[in-house]
Amino acid sequence: MSATTTATTTATPVLSARGLVKTYGPVVAIDGIDVDLYPGEVLAVIGDNGAGKSTLIKCLTGAEIPDVGTIEVDGERQDFRTPQDAREAGIETVYQTLSLAPHLDIAANLFLGRELRRPGPLGGVLRMLDRTAMRRQAEEKVSALGIRTIQDISQIVETLSGGQRQAVAIARAVAFGSRIIVLDEPTAALGVRETAQVLEVVEGLRERGMSVVLISHNMPNVFQVADRILIQRLGRVAGVVTPKTHTAAEAVAIMTGAASLGEE
Amino acid sequence: MSVFTRRSAVLASVGVASALVLAGCSGGATTDDGSSSSAAGGDAIGVTLITKDPNDPFWVAMIDGAEQAAKDAGVEITVASGRDQTDSDSQIQAIENAIQRGDSGILIANNGPAVNDAIQKAEDAGLIVIALDTPTTPIDLVDATFASDNRLAGQLIGEWAAAKLGGDDATIALIDLFSDKVVSVDYERDQGFLAGMGIDVADENMNGDEAATGSYSQGSYEIVCNEASNGAEDGGRTAMEKCLSLNPDINVVYTANEPSALGAVQALKAAGNDSALVVTINGSCDGIAGVADGSFGADAQQYPSKMGSLGVQAVIDYVNNGTKPTADAGKDFTNTGITLVTDQPVDGVDSIDSTAGADGCY
Amino acid sequence: MTTTQGLGELTAAERFRSRPLTRLQRIQRLLHKHPEISPLVVLVIASFAFQLASDRFLTASNMSLILQQVSIIGALAVGQTLVILTAGIDLSVGALMIFVSMVMGSLAGNVGLPGALALLVGFAIGMLAGLINGVLVAVVRLPPFITTLGTLSVFTALALLMSHGTSIQGDDLGSVLTFTSVPVAIGPFQLTVGVILMIAMYLALGYCLNWTSWGRHVYAVGSDEDASRLAGVRTRRVLLSVYVAAGLLVALSAWVLIGRNNAATTSAAVDANLDSITAVVIGGTSLFGGRGRLTGTFIGALTVGVFRNGLSLARVDVLYQTLAIGILIIAAVALDQWIRRTGAQR
Repeated sequence: MSATTTATTTATPVLSARGLVKTYGPVVAIDGIDVDLYPGEVLAVIGDNGAGKSTLIKCLTGAEIPDVGTIEVDGERQDFRTPQDAREAGIETVYQTLSLAPHLDIAANLFLGRELRRPGPLGGVLRMLDRTAMRRQAEEKVSALGIRTIQDISQIVETLSGGQRQAVAIARAVAFGSRIIVLDEPTAALGVRETAQVLEVVEGLRERGMSVVLISHNMPNVFQVADRILIQRLGRVAGVVTPKTHTAAEAVAIMTGAASLGEE
Repeated sequence: MSVFTRRSAVLASVGVASALVLAGCSGGATTDDGSSSSAAGGDAIGVTLITKDPNDPFWVAMIDGAEQAAKDAGVEITVASGRDQTDSDSQIQAIENAIQRGDSGILIANNGPAVNDAIQKAEDAGLIVIALDTPTTPIDLVDATFASDNRLAGQLIGEWAAAKLGGDDATIALIDLFSDKVVSVDYERDQGFLAGMGIDVADENMNGDEAATGSYSQGSYEIVCNEASNGAEDGGRTAMEKCLSLNPDINVVYTANEPSALGAVQALKAAGNDSALVVTINGSCDGIAGVADGSFGADAQQYPSKMGSLGVQAVIDYVNNGTKPTADAGKDFTNTGITLVTDQPVDGVDSIDSTAGADGCY
Repeated sequence: MTTTQGLGELTAAERFRSRPLTRLQRIQRLLHKHPEISPLVVLVIASFAFQLASDRFLTASNMSLILQQVSIIGALAVGQTLVILTAGIDLSVGALMIFVSMVMGSLAGNVGLPGALALLVGFAIGMLAGLINGVLVAVVRLPPFITTLGTLSVFTALALLMSHGTSIQGDDLGSVLTFTSVPVAIGPFQLTVGVILMIAMYLALGYCLNWTSWGRHVYAVGSDEDASRLAGVRTRRVLLSVYVAAGLLVALSAWVLIGRNNAATTSAAVDANLDSITAVVIGGTSLFGGRGRLTGTFIGALTVGVFRNGLSLARVDVLYQTLAIGILIIAAVALDQWIRRTGAQR
């Protein structure tokens, strides 16, 4: 590993993985990967198709169990068996197929799976939802994130644009106290303006001290928002660079094997 | 809140709705001339005819007879039916609607005792209720019953089959109507047939309790099967196929009605059995044609059109004079007639040939 | 390539997409949010049309009659709505209702059990049957259509085996089982306990769907099952509970059925499964799950009843009634498709 890995910061990582290996039968998807994620940083993960990006992310978020390797959150060893375990440890994932229920409104989606009930017997015995409280809190959370594209919290998700949906999904991921957000190709299906909106939200997350893992194919996006860029190649880490030290063209060269960090 | 003004919301609703209603009513609109009302004054007598199902030619003939009689007398008639012969719910609704409409009488071929309560309600509301073709259980629930003598119908084809066999051993398949419920038409025809063959039927109101083997009037018999057809062609074919797989040498096939007989004939043909005597009950024009071409040995002819017209007349008489029809002597219903139609007459059983049968067919 | 385009500048396509809504689009969006509006309007207009055709139509006694006539299908459609909201379908509801009614009737009429006990056993069997459907759908992951097509046959056969073709008349059933036939007068309306029970079923399930997290989860699972699981909804449990609840609702419908026929019989409510689906579909609930309201189903059931009753009072032949209902169904599904296709885009 080159010295650039620890160049950016000396703080303790919030998420730290060591020696992750995952195989599917004869196929080796990732082959001994180390990752550190520091507080308040955006770490981009790039790599060609089949480089093992999605397997790495699945291991970090509990969707897959690594064959070998350890994952620590805030220095504590974790054994994720389900996405729920990862969520409880504070890692929220926004999947490429957004986990939103299209027919429910924004507020209902934000609180899906953790609805609020009315106080007193209405909530206790009749298990009645507190719609007003959920709507109010949803509005607060959305505006606290600086998401300006959403005006009407009672809008049905199905009627939102792709960028707005992405914003809702991100808002839900961070709304309940998680500090580590994993974004899987958040701009893949978006137009230019919507992409800009989503990147703005990502920057907003960093300003609030949250750590973001961003998986993306889009080099300009990555170089715009990322603090550090982890380049994966053939199941291994080919290098970690920063937008300050490297250009997008150099990163692509490393990603495709045309260049390596050591040769520079 | 939503961006719509109240006005546009209302406009929206009305637009969509009128489209829907247009679509929905285009079905209803065409029916206005098709509906069978004749001349009609405000106070015309109203009659409702409720058949078992909407598609059997038997019911179509009954409806035609009733509509013709209604037209001649200038009364309003409404036709309803079950969706199939197991549907009593639609019949109940039709009875209730008749009461609501202010009709004077109901003619019904009932689909089972579930309609009894509704019939009672109609009578309590002052309507005259007449059972057509199928007596209610109990039979005195209604004011009168116009029906074929089903037991006699069965007996005629049974006697014919026995005489036709002329002493040969009888290997019999019984294709009934139902296995899932007990209906009088079903057991009266079946048991009437067996009695006509000279077989001891044990309980004469129960199918299938007779001995499987024994002797009939001309020799010895074996009953291979009692299978239900639901009174339909596909059911008749399936039932006959089951019977043939039990014993391919069946030589007498009783079927409870013509659709099931048609199905049975298909199965017999497919199995290469063309010698079995197929006997049935109904006497539609298709059935008589089956007698003429040899598919059926004998067919007991009923007169559904007559049931319909007599029923309408009875309602008119009741409204005008307060008289109710009286049953035939010695019976608890009015027999609308049964005639045996066959081109192979046998001694001792009165019959007409298919040419004469075609005159009275429906 | 630049990634930071000013947020205020719109591309040509975005300008196109942000053009003002046309009136048609507003209608679409309104219907998208409130799918029960269109059947309601149909119902109101149809009612006026039928009143023109027969002055006996809009009377208290006829309104009461229609409510009684729709009580069985209306009750059955409650459970059906629940299943359809999860993007499933339950073809077995009619057969299960008849089976449960035969169990209740036989236990009370033939075995001589107290009516209340027979009723409870019937409820338990309804829930058990729902659990079987639910396990096959949610755990074994069979398609609901196939699963319930199978259990449809199973329940039909069980009902016939149990009844041996006989029916049990009201006098033998006792007062508890026929309690649903007891008349209830509300003002000029002559209803029955069965009608009240049906309405209570709508209110109770309507509360659960709209005001509890369970209801939200039902909509979410029907909307997108995988997304809901990722969002932390225990989808398997939701699906299981939906089918068990549907089983109980069907058993309640069986009680309504016994009261309405004043008998327990297998020759009741033919095609009730399809009729219940008809009510749900006309009521604006999407067969693709996640969208629809119980109010819509109630209106849908009423619409079918109103069409049948109104056309019958106008002396229109029964086959034309069936024709009209068929056209209604197609219109309802076409409307749903239209709303889904374009109403969701903005």
